[in-house]
Amino acid sequence: MEKDFSIIIGGAAGQGSRRAGLLIAKAFQSLGYYVFVYDEYQSLVRGGHSFSSIRVSSTKKNSSSSEIDFLIALDQRTWEEHRHSLKKEGQVFYNHDYFQIEKEKRAQGIVATQIVEKEKGKKIMENISLVAFFLGSLGFSEEALKTLFRKEFNKFQEINLKIAQKSFEKSILIKKIPLRKKKQEFSLLTGNQALAQGAIKAGLEFYFAYPMTPATGILHYLAGSTGRKAGIKTVQMENELAVANAALGSAYAGKPTMLATSGGGLALMGEAFSLGVQAEIPLLFINSQRPAPASGVPTYTAQGDLSFSLGLGHGDIVKFLVAPGDAEEAAYWAGKLLSLSWEYQTPSLLLIDKQISESTFSFDPEILKKISPIQIFPQSKNKSLNYQRYEITKNGTSSLAFPGQKGIVVKANSYEHLENGLTTEQEIEIQKMQDKRLRKYQAMQKVVNQVDAVKVYGNKKSSQAILVWGSTKGPAREVAEELKIKMIQPLFLEPFPEKRIKAALQGVEHLVLIEGNALGQLEGLLKSYQIIPQEKILKYNSRPFLASEIKAALNKIYKNERSK
Amino acid sequence: MSDQNKLKLETNALNTWCPGCGNFGILFAFKKAISSLIQEGTPRENIVLSSGIGCSSKIVDYLNLNSFCSLHGRPLAIAEGVKIANPKLKVIVFAGDGGTYNEGISHLIHAAKRNIDLTVLVHDNRCFALTTGQFTATSPQGFKGKSTPQGSREEPFDPLRLMLASNASFIARGYSGKIVHLQKIISAALKHPGFSFVNILQPCVSFFNTTDFYNQRVYEMKDCDLGSRQKALAKMQEWNYQENEKKIPLGIFLQVKRPVY
Repeated sequence: MEKDFSIIIGGAAGQGSRRAGLLIAKAFQSLGYYVFVYDEYQSLVRGGHSFSSIRVSSTKKNSSSSEIDFLIALDQRTWEEHRHSLKKEGQVFYNHDYFQIEKEKRAQGIVATQIVEKEKGKKIMENISLVAFFLGSLGFSEEALKTLFRKEFNKFQEINLKIAQKSFEKSILIKKIPLRKKKQEFSLLTGNQALAQGAIKAGLEFYFAYPMTPATGILHYLAGSTGRKAGIKTVQMENELAVANAALGSAYAGKPTMLATSGGGLALMGEAFSLGVQAEIPLLFINSQRPAPASGVPTYTAQGDLSFSLGLGHGDIVKFLVAPGDAEEAAYWAGKLLSLSWEYQTPSLLLIDKQISESTFSFDPEILKKISPIQIFPQSKNKSLNYQRYEITKNGTSSLAFPGQKGIVVKANSYEHLENGLTTEQEIEIQKMQDKRLRKYQAMQKVVNQVDAVKVYGNKKSSQAILVWGSTKGPAREVAEELKIKMIQPLFLEPFPEKRIKAALQGVEHLVLIEGNALGQLEGLLKSYQIIPQEKILKYNSRPFLASEIKAALNKIYKNERSK
Repeated sequence: MSDQNKLKLETNALNTWCPGCGNFGILFAFKKAISSLIQEGTPRENIVLSSGIGCSSKIVDYLNLNSFCSLHGRPLAIAEGVKIANPKLKVIVFAGDGGTYNEGISHLIHAAKRNIDLTVLVHDNRCFALTTGQFTATSPQGFKGKSTPQGSREEPFDPLRLMLASNASFIARGYSGKIVHLQKIISAALKHPGFSFVNILQPCVSFFNTTDFYNQRVYEMKDCDLGSRQKALAKMQEWNYQENEKKIPLGIFLQVKRPVY
């Protein structure tokens, strides 16, 4: 039987709701279910209200539900904030030592504080008590719980296990969630972790960074054991200007390099991006969007940097811009874009958002097998004496050599330059070099026609279609499948996949654009290719789209159409 | 000497510095210093020059060595990336006072703090020259340029003391008019393991001609205790980059061992 239910666990920052949410996700994943975890937290270190919303389903869903089946309240505020989303037949689990929920049949309290104190645990371990109490109520066996907690806790393992056992004993079975037959092994990864994996697979060696939410997770992941095991060197620099320029230096020295930031940081990197284009340096930039302008809402999500990303860099910019819609696409395209950057010797930009960066996905590692390592062909020795970094060629790409190679002088230049890299102000030479980069761009446009630049989901024969990009894919796809309409998702935004989108639009009579910004930024781009959506659904309150919202908005649009 | 090392150091690029520019002296001294480094066994293919924007940064066009001519203020960041990615490379930064002390000062301070193994040669003509004469961080108070026709109100800062405070492990000052002395300083800087910083005083014949000013005031310091921060500070304090009658000491002020990044 199809299963699809949601859990919210919340508390103040410092109460460990995120960790607890991840534990719950892992528990259900171990039963063979897909999970999707959306984390919401404020830009503060202690206090406030944070929560994890965990969706458990037997088919893959990459979005949250508007209604919840189970609420786990580490504090009273969680109950107050989320009680209205709790289904009639839902259940709330809460710390009875902090507050009482009276006249509420759906409530189950546990004396979590007392249990933790008795076992001489730390206050934060109240989260373990609630998790064990909750999982017990859904029919998890004591043994399964112990296995999970043993795997998860190295520190204070015994105390955690005791707290879990005491809390488990107090649980009353509500309903048993059955074991599913697993089709394949999934890992639980955030989008940030997934894209880092993809880049590693392509041969990433260096990662330069300055911390900025929601991209910081990539730095932590690559600096941690996963990155170290893969031989990745991470460098935290003094500011974004240093990051972008040092990364260019690293790539010039021949090392596959990546950097990530959010909109504000990318704004500081704009000049370096342009330098990458002019000096023909391969480098992968990641922009994980958060609500803007300016500092905006730092720990929430938005799709408001599209116009900015399209326009990034002064001058005639030759770049790839790709917006993946989930963790697997983020992994694949991080790897693929790194390779494409090296193939075409120009910077690329991967555009994601908080929703992808920090949400946790059931990640299918099979996708990593599709990423092949970067091919770098060193300059051959016999040609080396006359090596010219910017040699004019038919397809616009020159052979790439690096400092340290005997007999070769590699001159990179931010000024317009001659084939040998020396500065020029001669009009004929300037035109020649601009044309060379333009030929590269033409070759890059062909790449877009050879890859999955545009994806189509839902009912491919429907004359009604929705067009979405980035993380809106998750909830929109659910709606498209439910309403049996077509969904079109462009992954490439530059070079723009005109042919692919127009092919996908064949037979479509009514098109609705859905995106997470206030101006309808993709619309402007679409219109320049004579693609005119009839309607658009925009959301710009810093929260991701929910399927229920898209469905309601579409039904309204379709109802109006019918009554016309 | 291998064939490779016999290759000439010059390119065929036309030199566009003003006649009499202090940059010629720096170029000459550097060529001598780098030639002897190559002769002593540093493979020339392992040498990488990084420059920014400004008259100083044109130097890489005149040298037939690996180079990355980058953005205004950023050659240090570029150089750090190159060195981190391939520690075998010998990386040298050429930049002006505008790029180093105005636009890109954060990189200078942090590179010194890290003690990353680079040599930074600052062509300090104490003005923005390529943009036709505005004041920089090391212009004296009262500097009359097109942006400050009545004289700059700001006092200069002393880059040497800034580097001392930033924990730079090699701090020196040279003068483009004393080429042999400058070459010795650059050679010492190139051999220093860690971050080496050389502020090179240089007249700008078009916008701030300090030739006579320097010729009357500069003197070569006698070999002193290079490990003493106090003594280095005392020597640095002899002149404060202002227009005055103080003598200007040249040479290495400090050279200490610190863990290299």
